[in-house]
Amino acid sequence: MSEVQSTYNYTVVRQFTVMSVIWGIVGMLVGVIIAAQLVWPELNMGFLHFGRLRPLHTNAVIFAFGGCALMGSSFYVVQRTCHTRLFCDQLASFVFWGWQLVIVLAAITLPLGITQGKEYAELEWPIDILIAVVWVSYAVVFFGTLIKRKVTHIYVANWFYGSFILAVAVLHIVNSAATPVSLTKSYSAYAGVQDAMIQWWYGHNAVGFFLTAGFLGMMYYFVPKQAGRPIYSYRLSVVHFWALIFTYMWAGPHHLHYTALPDWTQSVGMLFSLILLAPSWGGMINGIMTLSGAWHKLRDDPILKFLITSLSFYGMSTFEGPMMSIKTVNALSHYTDWTIGHVHSGALGWVAMISIGTIYYLLPRLFGRPEMHSVKLITVHFWVATVGVVLYIASMWIAGVMQGLMWRSVNADGTLTYSFVESVKVSYPFWGIRFLGGLLFLVGMLIMAYNMFKTMAAGNTDDAPVLIPAGQHV
Amino acid sequence: MDINDLRSIVTVVSFLTFLGIIVWAYGLKSNKKRFEEAANLPFAEEEVDQAELGLSSGNQQGKMS
Repeated sequence: MSEVQSTYNYTVVRQFTVMSVIWGIVGMLVGVIIAAQLVWPELNMGFLHFGRLRPLHTNAVIFAFGGCALMGSSFYVVQRTCHTRLFCDQLASFVFWGWQLVIVLAAITLPLGITQGKEYAELEWPIDILIAVVWVSYAVVFFGTLIKRKVTHIYVANWFYGSFILAVAVLHIVNSAATPVSLTKSYSAYAGVQDAMIQWWYGHNAVGFFLTAGFLGMMYYFVPKQAGRPIYSYRLSVVHFWALIFTYMWAGPHHLHYTALPDWTQSVGMLFSLILLAPSWGGMINGIMTLSGAWHKLRDDPILKFLITSLSFYGMSTFEGPMMSIKTVNALSHYTDWTIGHVHSGALGWVAMISIGTIYYLLPRLFGRPEMHSVKLITVHFWVATVGVVLYIASMWIAGVMQGLMWRSVNADGTLTYSFVESVKVSYPFWGIRFLGGLLFLVGMLIMAYNMFKTMAAGNTDDAPVLIPAGQHV
Repeated sequence: MDINDLRSIVTVVSFLTFLGIIVWAYGLKSNKKRFEEAANLPFAEEEVDQAELGLSSGNQQGKMS
């Protein structure tokens, strides 16, 4: 541990950060295409129909866009807060190339219909094994770096990143257990309602640990850095962390309300989902209050706008989520577009916006520039993206509640008031608005890519030096 | 002992652990300094912050004072 290290490993951070933007565009483009397919059904051509493309969209935005942003930013944060170069450069490089291979394989197999049929865990068993190997390597690099840190404390962002890495490893390996019958076909190791419960234990913790804990790691480093002041309350961050860890694992059953799952299990899931409101809002308040006394920075710093707006959406969707997990509310919202609206309030508003803010923070630093090529274009991106999200969520809320009310409506003699297709017909205008909202968000990403390439062209790839931390215990 | 007793015990122990963490975070005065130290970890390397922005350290003011 006494070897002389002159620079941080920014190479792998650079690779992940740039690819995050690229995959973001790909994933959101597929999203816009499938949104268009719902409005204009004739766009469902050959095997490239909604059913095949939808898992491609979800996998691309969650695991390719979000995954690259998480891996890149975690490698940056863990080095900078541990004051040491990344553990094992070769393994870090393997994590990058291995993850890109997983993404390419997903892009090939999913449109071909090669799938395990589990939501967010569609990829077939050979790819699952590759994911497990890459993920364990990721864990080794991350925790290896933590072990050789030059300071006593492990900064709270690393706790969140670490829990995300650990939990996703457990979830992926357990839920993907399957019996292969050929290279491209396998059957789940579980049957019936157990299979459903394990799938949604995985599914909701993919939300809880991949899409929440990981991105909270981002929040705890990049919000203070961009605001230029330490986190509002470090004590709150400690309690926030452990409260999330103790409750998230139990929330999965709310995906299975009114199914064959035992009633008491559904109630436990609902209860823990409601409890989750407290730690979620604790985290949101901690992030937003970091700006307390420096609110003026929000006025002319578009990166801070992205970060703080993302926290507002985080607060909104973590209020909406527990409400939707209440069984009586769920009876209205389940299987409608309300769910899609809720997911995108979290995915576009929270996950994408905090990632975009983080990437705008990282890009100049990774390419040795004082700031992005155009700060004005970041502001443009912010407003285009915000309008896009609002259009998307509002249209899905209206469509969802309308669908739920129409489906449950019965005549005096007990027959259904509306046929299913009538609810489809009235949904069309809102699907059109949703398409427009998604398109705007995609346009924002294209503006970002232009800004990124301009910044890269003017920059260099010198790595920052590792300095002995002053005033810290070794 | 029934397996369900074990399950109940784990739940109760988890809850008590969580209460312990709250006391540890908020109740102990002696932790105040270490939390402050930890909270300032992202700000410990001003020279590197300058260097990665392509600015020479010291004589130029970064974006985030």
